[in-house]
Amino acid sequence: MNNKKLVSYSKYGYIFAIPFVLTFLIFTLYPIVYTFTIGFTDLHGAGQTELRFLPSVGKPLFQNFTDVITSGSFQKAFTNTVRIWIVNFIPQMAFALLFTAWFTDRRTKLKGQGIFKILFYLPNIITSATVAILFLALFGYPKGPMNDIIMALGISKKAVNFTASASTVRGIIAFIQFWMWYGYTMVNLIAGVIGINPEIFEAAELDGASKAQTFFLVTIPCIRSILVYVLVTSLIGGLNMFDIPEMFIGKNCNNAGLTTNMYIRNQAFLGSYLYARAAAASVIMFIIILILCLILLYFMRDRDEAKLAKIRRQERKAAAART
Amino acid sequence: MANENKLHKESVGFKIFEYVICVIFAILSLAPFYIMFVNATRGTYEIQQHAISLFSPHPFQNLAKNWAVFNGKDFHPETGFVNSFIISTSVTILALYFSSLTAYSIQAYEWKGKKILNGLIMGIMMIPGTVTMIGFYQMVYKIHMTNRLEMLIIPAIASPMMVYFMKQYLEGSLSLSIVESARIDGASEFRTFNQIVLPLMKPAIATQAIFTYVSSWNNLFMPLILLTDKSKYTLPIVVSLLKGDIYKTEYGSVYLGLSITVLPLIVVYIFLSKYIVEGVALGGTKG
Repeated sequence: MNNKKLVSYSKYGYIFAIPFVLTFLIFTLYPIVYTFTIGFTDLHGAGQTELRFLPSVGKPLFQNFTDVITSGSFQKAFTNTVRIWIVNFIPQMAFALLFTAWFTDRRTKLKGQGIFKILFYLPNIITSATVAILFLALFGYPKGPMNDIIMALGISKKAVNFTASASTVRGIIAFIQFWMWYGYTMVNLIAGVIGINPEIFEAAELDGASKAQTFFLVTIPCIRSILVYVLVTSLIGGLNMFDIPEMFIGKNCNNAGLTTNMYIRNQAFLGSYLYARAAAASVIMFIIILILCLILLYFMRDRDEAKLAKIRRQERKAAAART
Repeated sequence: MANENKLHKESVGFKIFEYVICVIFAILSLAPFYIMFVNATRGTYEIQQHAISLFSPHPFQNLAKNWAVFNGKDFHPETGFVNSFIISTSVTILALYFSSLTAYSIQAYEWKGKKILNGLIMGIMMIPGTVTMIGFYQMVYKIHMTNRLEMLIIPAIASPMMVYFMKQYLEGSLSLSIVESARIDGASEFRTFNQIVLPLMKPAIATQAIFTYVSSWNNLFMPLILLTDKSKYTLPIVVSLLKGDIYKTEYGSVYLGLSITVLPLIVVYIFLSKYIVEGVALGGTKG
């Protein structure tokens, strides 16, 4: 009877989903298909909108893709992006987990943790363009706050030109990313821990588990789904890094901070308007991100649940074979 | 007994260690902004002498001087504020309302294709927005809609990430019997959603509202590509102008310009911070 009622109202399901579906088709799906298509054409130049597929102008179909992959600039952008992401992500995750462990510890309740949480999250709400330019000013050369500190502490006698060395530039960008995002990651992880049933912790305590044991063997497995969410969003965000490196260094310092998104924008909108090549580069990035996400999801899958599902399947098969 | 005492000592030592680390990170969060605000009230010459100072000897005089530098230069934070406000507010409202509606349609009704939509949402969540960028720009360019704020607003109606989040929330908090009883009372389906389901979703909406507003307010990539008309610039684009060569030697003004864009955010954050940190917690448990 319940089922019948649901069926009679089903048209509202369609109606309520229409705005989403329509907008999705026009503003997401169509541009994606369009981007893929442009990747196989020779679209370039300001103002040109006509699409000519590469074979029709006597070029191989995958020309743009091979151009991008073999381009030194793209390879540099890609290694930069991956390096900056890894250098920011490992400490980000480590400190986020550390603070999560401290702030959710039931035995030693840290006083003033509300203020700490608020302060740690603060950099995340500030416009990243502002943050990047602020750090550029802080790392100013020959005069700047950071140089003042370094000379006052006697670390270096001469002022350091931070934006002249490629590895320093990437290091600072990675640090800014870390500084902006560890608080966000922490807040998400804490949210996950708060959601865990307290009885589980009580049981662990009764069994004599140490703090570290409780955290690694009880807390982390319990927040697996939030960890997956944080990892996936960070991976996507990290490989799409744009604001900070663009505003902090741009093309200076011999492209030391060039990321793939900056490469795509430069190809499409600066200089020669190579839309087709930019489109091919976005498609390549999309495929890379997709593969990495799937690998991540595979490694983070619930192994026990997967095992259980396998056993159930086998049982069903066995039962089917018997009958 | 002795053992217990030792344990106690260890835990006190550890607690001090925890506090030291936390305080260091707190200073790390605040110091850049503190230096920025102080330097906004210092003259360029003073900054060149000592880039860090606890306070400025003549704050108001310098502030006026730093402000005067902006005269005649294309720095209009007020335009940026208005445009960013229009975009972020509209994006947040549209995304919240339609994502809730879509999530409700999946959660509360049985209809053909809902499984496909559900799977699609999971799939497109992983597509980074920039992948669509070239195609999106070409499409907008073809229909002559660049420099229109609407083009940055309307796409928010389809926010798969948020639909996913809202659906997770509804799964845990919506009981269909409430919907049934509203039907018996003669409420239309649309009214049931607006007056019964939406209020139920308040905690999830609050969390997502903050996240969406912040990310929309801070977005630089899309506006930078679509908007070329100066009167349509969003705040991050206006900020990016401070990097230009005309400010290379005007340290005080750069700090002032940055401070102007940060100050409102910090004020709002002070009022909402408790809510933000706790609200996120609330959302997370359901998500």
